[in-house]
Amino acid sequence: MTPSRTAFAAILAKDLRAELRTLQSLPAMALFAVTTYVIFRFALDRTSLSGSLAAGVLWATLLFAAVLGINRLFVAEREEGGFDAIRLAPIDRSVLFTAKVAALMVYLLALELVAVPIFAIFFLDDAGGLLPLVGVLVLADFGLAATGTLISSMAVNSRARDLLVPLVLLPLAVPLMIAATGATDPLLQAGGPSYDRVDTWLMVLGLYDLIFGLVGYAVFDFLLED
Amino acid sequence: MYGKGLKPLSIATVLMLAVSLSLVFFYAPLDADQGFVQKIFYVHVPLAVVALFGFMAGGVFAVLHLRSDDRKWDAYSYVAIHISVIFGVAVLITGAIWAKASWGHWWVWDEPTLVSFLIVFLLYATYYPFRYAIEDRDRQARYASVFAVTAGAFVPLNFMAVRMAESLVHPRTFATAEGGMPGEMMLTFLVSLAAMALLFTTLVKFELTAKSASGQVKRLRRALDAPVSGGSSRIAPEVS
Repeated sequence: MTPSRTAFAAILAKDLRAELRTLQSLPAMALFAVTTYVIFRFALDRTSLSGSLAAGVLWATLLFAAVLGINRLFVAEREEGGFDAIRLAPIDRSVLFTAKVAALMVYLLALELVAVPIFAIFFLDDAGGLLPLVGVLVLADFGLAATGTLISSMAVNSRARDLLVPLVLLPLAVPLMIAATGATDPLLQAGGPSYDRVDTWLMVLGLYDLIFGLVGYAVFDFLLED
Repeated sequence: MYGKGLKPLSIATVLMLAVSLSLVFFYAPLDADQGFVQKIFYVHVPLAVVALFGFMAGGVFAVLHLRSDDRKWDAYSYVAIHISVIFGVAVLITGAIWAKASWGHWWVWDEPTLVSFLIVFLLYATYYPFRYAIEDRDRQARYASVFAVTAGAFVPLNFMAVRMAESLVHPRTFATAEGGMPGEMMLTFLVSLAAMALLFTTLVKFELTAKSASGQVKRLRRALDAPVSGGSSRIAPEVS
C-alpha cells in the first residue's frame, strides 16, 4: 500500500503540471476577475471603493472566478479515466480529495496574486489593508477549496455539470462569504485598516474550513464507489 | 408495507390540527402590540421548526443509507427533504404575510433567522436538479445522501454565521421567541408544534406509501412486458 503522502504529492504534482502545460483554468479565471471589476465599476457607478463595498466587490468577483476553476477541476479525471485509476491504485481514496483541495488552493492563490493587486490599483486609495488581507484570503480559500472540490466531484458525473456547480455551491458558500467580507470590510476602510472584529470572523472562517474539510474528507470515499 | 397505520395517523393529525386551530382562535390571548395578526405565529413557527428538523432528519437518514447501503434509508431521506422543502415554502409565505402585516414589508434583510432560513431553503431546493441530473440510480442515491449529509452539517453553521453578521448592527432578538410567553400562548404554541410534527410524519408516510406502491406497479409492468425467453415463462416478478 502506497503511503498517503506519496500519493498526495503525486496527484498534486500531476494536476499542477497539467495546468501549467495546458493553462486551461488560470488565465480564464484571472481575465474573468479583471473584466468583472470593470463591470462593477459601471454597475455601481463608482471609481473608488472602500469598506463593505470594496469587500463585497472583491469577494463576489473572487467567488465567481473560483466557480470557473471548480467547474473544470475533475473533468480530466472523468474524461481520461482518472477515477478508475484511483479506484485501482493501492492508495487510500480520500487522498484524491486532499490532493484536489490542495490543487484548487494553489489555483485560487495564483488567481488572487493577480486579481487582488489589480483590484487595489483599480479601486483602492490606500493599500495598507492588503497585507493582513492575505490571512483572510488563505483561510477563505481553504474553505472554498474544500466545498468546491466536494461539489465538483459530485457534479462531474452528472448531465448538467456546469450548471450544477454554481447552483449547489453558492448557498453553501454564503457563510464563507459572510465571514470573508466581515473580515475584509474593516481592513479596507477608507481611513486605513482597522481590526475591529476581524479575529471573530477569522475564527468563523476557521470553523467553516474545519467542518467542510472534515465532512468532505469523510464522505469522499462514498463518491468514488462504482 | 409502508401503508400500515396510515389511517389512524391521518385521523390523529386532522384531530390535532383541529384542536390547535381552535386553541389559536378561541383560547390564546391577543398579543399586546401586534393584535390578531400575531396568531399567524402559531402556524409559521411550528412549520419552520418542523422543516428544519426534517432537513436534519434527512441528513441522518442519509448517513444510515451510506453506512448500510439499504435503499430504504435513501427513500426516507429523499421524502423527508421533499416534505421539508414544501414546508419551507409555506414558512416563507406565512412569514412574508406576517412581516407585511406587522412590519409593513414583505421581506426584511436584517432579521438573521429569516435570512438563514432562506439560505437553507435555497440549498435544499437544489437537491432536486442535483439528484435528477445524475443518471445512474445507485450513484444518484449515493450522491444525494452525500449532499444531504453536507447540507445537514451546513444548517447550524449557517444560522450561526448569519446571526453573527447581524448582531453587531441590530441586536434585537426574534420578537416572539419562546422566552417570556404567557402560559396560554406557550400551550397553544406547543399544541401547534405537535400538530405540525404529526402533519409532517403523516405526509412522509403518505409519500413513502405512494412511492412504494408505484414502484411495485412498475416492477409488475416490467415483468409482464419482458420478452418470454425460450425456456421459462416467468410472469411473477421477483420481489426484492
